[in-house]
Amino acid sequence: MREFLEGSRAIAEIIKRVKPGVISAYPITPQTHIVEELASMVANGELNSQFINVESEHSAASVVLGASATGVRVFTATSSQGLLYMAEVIFNIAGLRLPLVMTCANRAVSAPINIWNDQQDSISLRDAGWIQLYAENNQEAVDFHLIGYRISEDKAVMLPVMVCMDGFILTHGLEPLDLPEQDKVDKFLPSYKPLYKLDPNEPLTMGILADPDYYLEARYAIQETFKDVLRILPKVADEFSAIFVRDYKDLLIEEYFTKDAEKIIVSMGSVCGTIKEVVDELRKKGKKVGLLRIISYRPFPYARVYEALKNCPKIAVLDKAVSLGAYAPLASEIKVSFSNKKKSPKVISSFVAGLGGRDITLESIREIFRKLNVKEISQDFIDLKPELLTEAYGK
Amino acid sequence: MENRPLFKSGHTACAGCAQAIAARIVIETAGPNTIIANNTGCLEVFSTRYPETAWNVPWIHSLFENAASVASGIEAALAYMGKKEGINVIVQAGDGGTADIGLQALSGMWERGHDILSICYDNEAYENTGIQRSGLTPYGTNTTTSPAGIKSIGNPRPKKLIPEIALAHGIPYVATASVAFIPDLQRKIKKAISIKGPKYIQISVPCPLGWRHEPSETLLAAKLAVETGLYPLIEYENGSLVSCRKIAPKPVDEYLKMQGRYKHILNNLEEIKKIQGIADDNIKRYNLLEVKTS
Ligand SMILES: Cc1ncc(C[n+]2csc(CCOP(=O)(O)OP(=O)(O)O)c2C)c(N)n1
Ligand SMILES: [Mg+2]
Repeated sequence: MREFLEGSRAIAEIIKRVKPGVISAYPITPQTHIVEELASMVANGELNSQFINVESEHSAASVVLGASATGVRVFTATSSQGLLYMAEVIFNIAGLRLPLVMTCANRAVSAPINIWNDQQDSISLRDAGWIQLYAENNQEAVDFHLIGYRISEDKAVMLPVMVCMDGFILTHGLEPLDLPEQDKVDKFLPSYKPLYKLDPNEPLTMGILADPDYYLEARYAIQETFKDVLRILPKVADEFSAIFVRDYKDLLIEEYFTKDAEKIIVSMGSVCGTIKEVVDELRKKGKKVGLLRIISYRPFPYARVYEALKNCPKIAVLDKAVSLGAYAPLASEIKVSFSNKKKSPKVISSFVAGLGGRDITLESIREIFRKLNVKEISQDFIDLKPELLTEAYGK
Repeated sequence: MENRPLFKSGHTACAGCAQAIAARIVIETAGPNTIIANNTGCLEVFSTRYPETAWNVPWIHSLFENAASVASGIEAALAYMGKKEGINVIVQAGDGGTADIGLQALSGMWERGHDILSICYDNEAYENTGIQRSGLTPYGTNTTTSPAGIKSIGNPRPKKLIPEIALAHGIPYVATASVAFIPDLQRKIKKAISIKGPKYIQISVPCPLGWRHEPSETLLAAKLAVETGLYPLIEYENGSLVSCRKIAPKPVDEYLKMQGRYKHILNNLEEIKKIQGIADDNIKRYNLLEVKTS
């Protein structure tokens, strides 16, 4: 059924259908609407779940960790400072191989404090052992949560999933979308049967100390599982499309007019909607341009990226995050995709835009296509205001 | 104790480690229908080094400061499944994991009213990382981060009153106990788990390495801590003091002189007087004096 909903409400609606036994979260803009909606669903008896109000994000993540270890499906959500505050627990959840789905309502990281959107928060936790999926719109954000549980609980995976959706742009944006019907949800996502759980009938020790003789293998096992996830995501995407009439191809990347493109922008999240508009506009003028959208940032689909970009001479990578003191995070991944390969684009230029909610306009995207020329740009900040820099540093 | 030990031998605790003794008493008293969440610290390290585990009950360790929140999640999951009845959830930590880095999570857990027993194994320092001071390190103690020196008498602050902090949350049961008084410890654990809601028990557990006493004198150290008045054994139900262990107080220097951590003040009468003052205050505050009837 087509509904016109705020993004956060839509996420709460899908979580309600997924029926987590324990929900725990701590308020932070722009995540708050999601958990407020869930709290009221629990209060109204629409959702039978333990809603645990905690004193911090560190505890929110720890509560869902404990509940997942006890064999129950769980949910949490956060943003920005909250995610960084959770960081220690985020790594721990993955290391314990606990299934879990979390929403990251992407927001900039302090200082300066800023509540608006970029992707610095989730990108900063890319090495934690979580599957990270980036949604372009709210339909995807909804569907990725459902898909997230399915993958996370897969016995061959047993890793947490972070669904990343741009703060405000998606969380507070109103869009018409299809909410998956309960019977179809149940068909796609069977009730949760844990592989291991804390149970007095079968005592089990979790969270052991592994010395140098054992630690490496535990980490290696996760790395190997991520390779499997690259194969599992496309299969799950197929099963999803068979039940719901939406096609996410392989859930790894989306190719938009890339086949014959001479210039391609690579990016993630909601900005890809803007890029598509510019691609349409330039295509009408006969320009061979395209977009490659990364959906799965972890695991990173290097092979798919290589296949999609190998014949295009000029690539622009648009990051909404930085790695201060190094190349931008997504740009680095794209460059690595061509190391030791037969073919490679002539130019892979890196652009950073939208930090702290600075609007990425159609004109910003046009500018990136214009700047994408024979000379490779190592890192260019789009829409930078040079006059502010002199002002900030004084005389 | 049972035939099937719930905390098996074969762990790697030091000789004379009181925490290992107390942990065994806690779980044997609580019984097999118990789930434990354990903070990082000596106990976690010496009992679960892969591929060994000393635990015969479901047990989880996540991080140094979050066991109270992990336990809250466990309890919430049990409640969701309708399985809480008959299962004890215990969160256990050292003094550092309780009084310092874990206090926020513990406060949240107490405030939310979870049916969970929190145990603090109080060895009065961060022992696992090499005897650094914690909020429960007593006044005048020489530790590696509160070293004695010409400008320092050791730890400059008295022990934080965690039982009082626990009481301020309005929780139904708060007690201190000691590894030297085992029947009292067992009774308090039984009592605690018979009460619904959050419970807190803080157990004095000497550490031969950190306190620098003979491993064979662990129980003596624990006993003297109580008998000097430095570690009062108290018990609160619903905010009221319902019991305390009466003592015929021994002078504190008898306790101090058996431990290397106080060697630097043994000839410092002024400092010993200050520590005697702490014991005297406890004796007054909790009315610890034995009443002679003859
Ligand atoms: C966030 C964090 N900070 C510091 C540490 C290092 N650390 C591990 S155990 C420990 C001390 C534990 O002291 P306590 O809680 O008193 O337990 P004990 O070892 O004395 O039994 C410290 C400082 C850690 N693991 N995690
Ligand atoms: Mg300690």
